Amino acid sequence: MSATALFGQLLLGLINGSFYAMLSLGLAIIFGLLAIVNAAQGAFYMLGAFIAWMLFQYLGIGYWASFVLAPLAVAIIGMILERTLIRRVYNLDHLYGLLLTLGLFQIIQGMFVHWYGTSGQPYDYPDILTGGHNLGFMFLPTYRAWVVVASLIFCFGTWYAIEKTRLGAYLRAATENPTLVRAFGINVPMLVTLAFGGGVALAGLAGVLAAPIYQVNPLMGGNILTTVFAVVVVGGFGSILGAIVTGLALGVLEGFSKVFYPEASNMVIFAVMIVVLMIKPAGLFGRER
Amino acid sequence: MLEIAGLHGFYGESHVLHGVDLSVRAGEVVTIVGRNGAGKTTTLRAVMGILQKRSGSIRVMGTETIKLPPERVARLGVGYVPEERGIFASLNVTENLMLPPTLAPGGMTTEEIYRLFPNLKDRAKSQGSKLTGGEQQMLAIARVLRTGAKFLLLDEPTEGLAPVIVQQIGRVLETIKERNLTVLLVEQNFRFAARVSDRHYVMESGKIIDAIGRSEIAGKMERLEEYLGV
Ligand SMILES: Nc1ncnc2c1ncn2[C@@H]1O[C@H](COP(=O)(O)OP(=O)(O)O)[C@@H](O)[C@H]1O
Ligand SMILES: [Mg+2]
Repeated sequence: MSATALFGQLLLGLINGSFYAMLSLGLAIIFGLLAIVNAAQGAFYMLGAFIAWMLFQYLGIGYWASFVLAPLAVAIIGMILERTLIRRVYNLDHLYGLLLTLGLFQIIQGMFVHWYGTSGQPYDYPDILTGGHNLGFMFLPTYRAWVVVASLIFCFGTWYAIEKTRLGAYLRAATENPTLVRAFGINVPMLVTLAFGGGVALAGLAGVLAAPIYQVNPLMGGNILTTVFAVVVVGGFGSILGAIVTGLALGVLEGFSKVFYPEASNMVIFAVMIVVLMIKPAGLFGRER
Repeated sequence: MLEIAGLHGFYGESHVLHGVDLSVRAGEVVTIVGRNGAGKTTTLRAVMGILQKRSGSIRVMGTETIKLPPERVARLGVGYVPEERGIFASLNVTENLMLPPTLAPGGMTTEEIYRLFPNLKDRAKSQGSKLTGGEQQMLAIARVLRTGAKFLLLDEPTEGLAPVIVQQIGRVLETIKERNLTVLLVEQNFRFAARVSDRHYVMESGKIIDAIGRSEIAGKMERLEEYLGV
């Protein structure tokens, strides 16, 4: 086993872990406030990548502008869906939210498969992030380093905003007792819409980051979604820090298993999930209810 | 400040308020007394807009609020201290205190609040879930005093608390009165209510069945005890 291969897989694991972290962080925010398991999260990830690709393809808009515009567009699409559809199932059993968002996922994915097929579209690295550095023990491609750093900044930035700011305090309080937060004069329905927009924008951002590494493919959302659900179960539903830490850790674990026992790499996360479910059903960072 | 006329309220199919009429003038402290299950809490929830299934008329500072959501009612300058106190377990004391946004100028400063509630200052960094019942009640009152709300709805602030804490809350209510705030108080502890209130309404089975002015209390003590079943 060469060290280069080991570190290369580790880096890829860290990158996948960053995507898991961003998607499950978004899920955690949405679940906390809306009590909705957003099965469409994978579609918003795919949308982020596709919007970036379309902005370039049709309008010639490059990576850096898309880095802002694509997550913003995803947030707007998400907020419209929340206002028009998802809002209607808040008072019903959790299952309805899951089914509704699963349906939305299928529709969004189906439309893109219909328009663009399943072969995948290439998306270029931004110029200044091409190339890489030889660190001696491994070759570090600049773009991959950027993905890890950017994901960490956004994940911990989101965590900080939730734990340490006034808006975050509103969010946490509304997660506990939305009615009382309203009775203090805060427009909680608006807060819910914004939280949904923010939660799906994280997935959209992950999609933009992923676009140059993986191809832009309508099916990319479905592939990642199953894994992200497992991450969320391991971390504990609704736990913010749990989503970030578990996402990164399981990504790395997956990378490791690719090196040592490739046959297991597709299932190692699910094996962890089963063990956690048996030992601590609420998840590693979850509170028992 | 508050005029309620012909207020009906429902939880789903169950009809709980049957035509409540009452009014509170600016600067008054008015109490609703009545047995458990009479509809006192429901009345406050209807005023706040938390109870959505309601009809009749509720005017707060002249504005009809029967169709308004809670956040709009609050923005008129109403502070709500719920029966269950509603301290957020995942927020610490300072975060709980600072949570409600300012509604109007003239609210208490943090220093004034800590002077009035010294134990809250000692526990500033404690998680909301770690507070005693008395501390929770103090915090629930303190956080609406910060907002500049001119009209406070207090639901059984002395319920289940030790006598020394009840006395402390009595002093807080005197301060509230000195600041010329208006209060609608729900209270089972009639001694406590008699000390701070200008007037009393007696509620039974979702209706106001009697109103007693301050000067009449002494003479009507027996009747009140009968109403309350004590
Ligand atoms: N969430 C609820 N759902 C259904 N019925 C309720 C609910 N809350 C209170 N009630 C009923 O409404 C009536 C009035 O309750 P409440 O206003 O809490 O009385 P009080 O505050 O005077 O003790 C009671 O009969 C009570 O059982
Ligand atoms: Mg009550």
